[in-house]
This record gives sequence, structure tokens and C-alpha cells, in this order.
Amino acid sequence: MTRLVDIRLGRGARLLLGALPIVALLFVYLLASEARHLDNPADKVLPTFEAMAQAIRGLTTDRDPSTDRIILVADTLASLYRLGIGLAIATATALVLGLLLGVMPLARAILGPMVAVIAVIPPVAVLPILFIVLGLDEASKIALIAIGIAPFMTRDLTSFVANLPVEQSVKAQTLGANSWQLAIRVALPQLMPRLIEALRLSMGPAWVFLIASEAVASDVGLGYRIFLVRRYFAMDIILPYVAWISLLAIATDALMLFISRRSFPWAHGAGR
Amino acid sequence: MSPLLEMRNIWVEYGDKIVLERVSLEIAERSFVAVVGPSGAGKSTFLRLILGQEAPSRGQVLLDGQPMRAECGPDRGVVFQRYSVFPHLTALGNVMFGIECAQAPFAARLFGAQRRAARETAVEMLAAVGLEHSLDVYPAQMSGGMQQRLAIAQALVKHPRILLLDEPFGALDPGIRLDMHALITRLWQERGLTIVMVTHDIGEAFKLGTRVLAFDKRRHDPHAPHRFGATTTYDLPLDRKTLPPQALVDAIGGNLPQRDLA
Repeated sequence: MTRLVDIRLGRGARLLLGALPIVALLFVYLLASEARHLDNPADKVLPTFEAMAQAIRGLTTDRDPSTDRIILVADTLASLYRLGIGLAIATATALVLGLLLGVMPLARAILGPMVAVIAVIPPVAVLPILFIVLGLDEASKIALIAIGIAPFMTRDLTSFVANLPVEQSVKAQTLGANSWQLAIRVALPQLMPRLIEALRLSMGPAWVFLIASEAVASDVGLGYRIFLVRRYFAMDIILPYVAWISLLAIATDALMLFISRRSFPWAHGAGR
Repeated sequence: MSPLLEMRNIWVEYGDKIVLERVSLEIAERSFVAVVGPSGAGKSTFLRLILGQEAPSRGQVLLDGQPMRAECGPDRGVVFQRYSVFPHLTALGNVMFGIECAQAPFAARLFGAQRRAARETAVEMLAAVGLEHSLDVYPAQMSGGMQQRLAIAQALVKHPRILLLDEPFGALDPGIRLDMHALITRLWQERGLTIVMVTHDIGEAFKLGTRVLAFDKRRHDPHAPHRFGATTTYDLPLDRKTLPPQALVDAIGGNLPQRDLA
């Protein structure tokens, strides 16, 4: 008999089996929601799908009184702006530092311990400092995201570059490469797919820091909205918002994987 | 004629462990030196000394009569058993890398006419190792033999004074290995190369080399085996008809050489 660990599935079967638990989960929710509404028609904890659809319609047509923009659009744009700038700063920092520290043992000796110390500070613990120093505007939220993930990415990239086979460095030097050429022609290109990988792994924490900072002090944003409507027990808004955030996260992850496969075919097996 | 490479009373020590002791030898231009010896006898250390990847604890290494700095440079090419080629560059890119490093110190890339000239040189070099049909292939798509051909082309494009091979054919199939023997012999003859090759295959050493160096420990202290280093126990000039002494075969093991190239 085929062992369980040896069972391989085709693409169709895999998609079907993968969808099953998700459908089951939705079905369980439906049953639970139904049961609660039979008990109490005004139940707010597990809203029906109709109620959620109603709420979504409201969010995509109503305008925010202060900015005169559609609420969901305004929240999404504000959050993505903060997330994007924060990720960009973190990525650029990690790229430069990771390359420098990875290639040069001297730089690693000087800056390595500092990066390690910063990396162990829980980012949310410094949020008050950021609010005090940078004010309650965009800067502090962007800074939290950048500070939250840049040290992790830097350490990941540093160890990746430092662990490239020593033969490559020796070979490059016998081909006449100087330190600069070694960094930008040998280390940097091989670092790029890893950078995207590190960024993909950092997306989870980045969302956490975004929502946390928006929850504390903000007047627009996905995290702000969730924590605002929590006061009214508006699960019919919170649940679609959580689903929307998940969707955004999945889309950005797929986009990054696509870019990596497209730009660095040599890093994803053969294929050109 | 002064020797191309000279070692004067070299010692290599790691802490109180002695790897090499009292190694003194000269390597003449255009020779093909095969280095054999049991594992841990300092073959690779010897190669790293010539490469400049490692400095001797005592003694001197002279290249063309000048004391050598312990740093890798373009006058010494190398092919390792693995990781010799850059995975992110195509065959052509791998070979052009050496030319680009020399001609573009800051951008490390060439453009226009310079690039075309570099490309032409690289294509010629790839054709010389039989890779003229795989210019745009990445190493991951190549067989082990093709990767080693590429590594040789990549090293030779710099016209090194001395080419170092660290068990270059150790991971290849026997058939492919024979092809590679023919290739390296042809390149060595046509281009007047000086080659130092470390191998654990004694047959390969006697088949390819014009001289075989065997490294081993002369003295052995059973209570402190690390206190005696290895040195050259055999230094045999070959006319390509010499057979290895039985004692050397017994010490290292391996296949007896075939005399098919002589």
C-alpha cells in the first residue's frame, strides 16, 4: 500500500482539497450565526452574511464627512501609504546594511552588535517614544513599521551574504575583482531574491505594527476603522475589514513572488 | 631559468596543530604538477598557500622571484570542485566577469564597443572548452562536467601565471572525467599553462602530471598526532611513462593509472 507520505496530488485535486477546509469553516460560521440569530434576532457577535454585505455596501458608497472620500477607499489608501513607505525605508536600509555587513567582516564587527541589540527591542514598546519624538502624524506610524522589520531583514541578509560559499569570493578575487566589484557583482545580485523573500516574511509583522499604530492614534486607516467600530460592537464591519486586509496581504505576497520569479529565474530552479 | 613559483621552508600551523612542515620546492613554468596524499595531509592547505588564501606561519612563497602577498589575485586562477561559477550569471556572463573587473573598476560592467570586444573574447574562450552552444545557460541548468568546463574557461580568460585545480574532476562520472582529462591536457599544451592540481585519484595524477608531489607525514607521534606536520614525501618527475612506486600506491590507495595518453 502507498504510504501516506508518498501520496502525490495533481493540481486540480490539490486546489479542491485546499478549498475544503475554508468552505467548511464558512459553513460552520453560517450555522453558528444562524443559531445565534434564532435565539436573538438582534445578535451582533456573529452577523449574517447579508448584514456584512449591507455594511460593505455602506462603506463603499458612504463618504467620510471630513475628507469627502469613500470610507473603504480612504482607509485602504491611508494604510497602504504608511505600509509602503515603511517597507521601502526598511528594505533600503536592510539592503545597504546587509550587503555591507555581509561582505565586509570589518563592518560586521563594528555594526553587528548594534543591529543585534536593536533587533531584540520589542518595536511596539518604543511606539510611545515615536509618538513623543515624531508627533501623532504619519511619521511615527511609518517609523514603527520601518524600525519593526528593518533589523530582522538586516540580520537575515547579513547572514545570507556572509554564508555565500567562500569559493565564490576567492574565485572573484582571482578574476581581479576588488571589494566594490565583489559587493555589487557577486553579492548584490544573489542577495536580491533573498531580499524579496525576507520582505515577504516581514509582511506579517509589518501589518501588526501598522494596525497597532493606527489603533492608538489616527483618524483614518484600516486599523483605525476596526478599533473605532469596535466601540459599537460592529462585527459586521470588523469581519469584512479583516477579510479585506487578508486579501491585500495575499495579493502583495503573490505579487512579490511573481516579481522574484520573473527577475531572478536562476534563483528559482532552472527555467529562464 | 628561474622557477615560476618557489617555496622556501614553509610551515603552516593552526595553534599547536602543525599542518605542513619544512616544505621547500620550486615549480617550473609550463609544468603540470599533480599533488596527491591521504586526507588531512595538507594538500588543500598547500593549494591555498599558492592561491594566497592563506599565509604560511613560517617561510616564504615567491612568485616570479617576488615574495607573494597572502591575498588572491588575478595572476593565479583557480577551479574548485564545487561553487566555482557564479549561479546568477549565464555562461557568457561568468566568463566576461573577469574582463569586466579589469576594464571597469567602478561600474564593473562594460558598454558599447568594449562590451562587444569582451563578449567576443568570452565566446572564443567558451568555444575552446566546448561550450559554444551554451552561451546563455545558467549554471543550474548545466551538468557537473559543463560547470567545470565553464569554471576553467572563466579562469583562463584572465591568462593566469599559474592555474590551480582543487580536485576539479572529483565529483564527475568516469566517462566525463576522461573527457575533462583530454580537455585540460589540450589546453595545457596549446596555451603553455602552468598547472598545479590537487587530486585524490593517484591514477589521474600520474596520467596528467609532468611531476607528482606526494604529501604525507614523515614522522608520527601516536600520543600527539597533530604535533608533526606533513611534507613532500615523493617528488617524482614524470616522462608520462613512469608508474607510481608501489609504496605510494599502498599509502594513498586508488586505481593504478592507465597509460592511454602517453
